[in-house]
Amino acid sequence: MKNMLSVALGSTWSSANPVGREKKFFRPDHKFLREADGPGIDVQTLNVYIKEHHILKNVNLALPGKQITYIIGPSGCGKSTLLKTMNRLTDLVEGARVEGKIMLGSEDIVGSGESVIDLRRKVGLVSQKPSPLPMSIFENIAYGCRIHGIRNKRKLTMVVNHYLEAVGLWEEVKDRLHAPATRLSIGQQQRLCLARSLAVEPQFILADEATSALDPLSSKNVEELFVKLKRDYSIVMVTHTLQQAQRIADHVVFMYLGEVVEFGSAQQVFQHPQHELTQRYLSGAFS
Amino acid sequence: MSWDMITKLPGGGFYIGKEGGFLNAIVGSVYIVGASTLLGLIISIPVVFYLNVYLKKDSKLAYASRLAYDVLFGIPSIVYGAFGFALMIHLGLRASLLGGIIVVILLIIPIFIRSMDEAARQFPRDILETAYSLGVTRLETIKVVLRQIAPGIATATLLSVGRAIGDAAGVMFTAGYTDSIPTSLSQPAATLPLAVFFQMSSPVKEVQERAYTAALVLTLIVLVISLAGRFITNRFSKNKLQ
Repeated sequence: MKNMLSVALGSTWSSANPVGREKKFFRPDHKFLREADGPGIDVQTLNVYIKEHHILKNVNLALPGKQITYIIGPSGCGKSTLLKTMNRLTDLVEGARVEGKIMLGSEDIVGSGESVIDLRRKVGLVSQKPSPLPMSIFENIAYGCRIHGIRNKRKLTMVVNHYLEAVGLWEEVKDRLHAPATRLSIGQQQRLCLARSLAVEPQFILADEATSALDPLSSKNVEELFVKLKRDYSIVMVTHTLQQAQRIADHVVFMYLGEVVEFGSAQQVFQHPQHELTQRYLSGAFS
Repeated sequence: MSWDMITKLPGGGFYIGKEGGFLNAIVGSVYIVGASTLLGLIISIPVVFYLNVYLKKDSKLAYASRLAYDVLFGIPSIVYGAFGFALMIHLGLRASLLGGIIVVILLIIPIFIRSMDEAARQFPRDILETAYSLGVTRLETIKVVLRQIAPGIATATLLSVGRAIGDAAGVMFTAGYTDSIPTSLSQPAATLPLAVFFQMSSPVKEVQERAYTAALVLTLIVLVISLAGRFITNRFSKNKLQ
């Protein structure tokens, strides 16, 4: 499967591929090619308000590329809002106001320079609750690809099969691709959602407690999947399960009441937290 | 009761009990209901989509239009008929298939919009968010929205067809009544409810019998449409999220 992944995700899409003649899935103006270590997300003095509430306060973060960064913190500390801001889903929240910059490479996500549509394609989001679209398994993945310009049926089939394989779902669903996605188990649905996000070829994956609704086994599957995906994607995750963060995080951000309290490598934050709040949170004094 | 009643046009002396059938009314009803349902759907789907996807939850426009559709929903069809009649006089139109179709469209649009809107309001917002996060524009989410509310659309269509086919007051002045099958939009058209009405008021027994048969045919058409509707709804709700 590793092989399939590198073919699917890397830039080595070559003549060795039996079906596809073209090197890229998408439009020729497809700007980003995956670099050795891709650009990170640079958050600069970010403030987010929803109506009168100041949700994110002066957030500064330089999230590294091609690594897994975990955002931890008690409920209501603004973790999810931070993720949504990175995907511009805050646009949909009534009364939300965003100030500051989020640089993705050289482009500012917050400013109007980049079209929201292109941006959202670059930054995939996997939500907490698996959210299959009301379509068949096949259509769930094909939907995004179609909208981004793949019309050729054979190519579409190829892309769908590819990403199903990439998330380890192919064997389980290959006989019922046209069955409703809702018939899958929750764990399968979450992997389907991940495949759907991957199929529009993002650079970044944001995952908002992507494993919290899953049973331990599926949760482990998804977790392992993220570790594999790290080679090609920059991943930012929000979680409540510290154990998971300890297992797979490269970097950890600890947030409290809308502020970043601590940010550092996983080892540093977990073993030698600098801030008292972090220590207390990690020791379970509050959650 | 005989096959002639539903396969023949009224013959000479039809209204004093001589031979013939009311095929004219069956065909007229099918024309009017078919055309107005189709056009009604085409008009209402974008309205519902706009109300639910484009407008904010607490939008005043959405509130006002929902209120307006509620009021329109409750207006008796004779009022629509009178309105259509006044409009036609103003435009210099005669009682015609077109006039009937227009009035029936006006009559069923509130039904369409209100019942589809009910389905669309229960649309889980996170599906929209999911679609947006894939880089889909607002307009492109229509595919997702339609798939999710497909059963609601089928139900709305059933309700509308039921109301449209049974409506006598709205088409009385606007579509008129005729013994032949209309061949163009500007010709008058007969309808089943009016066929029942006119024949029922006849003193001749044979004519009255035909009125009952027309009523039966009307009932059967509604039954068939309901069954078909159920079948289609089941098919469409296959992919729906709970």
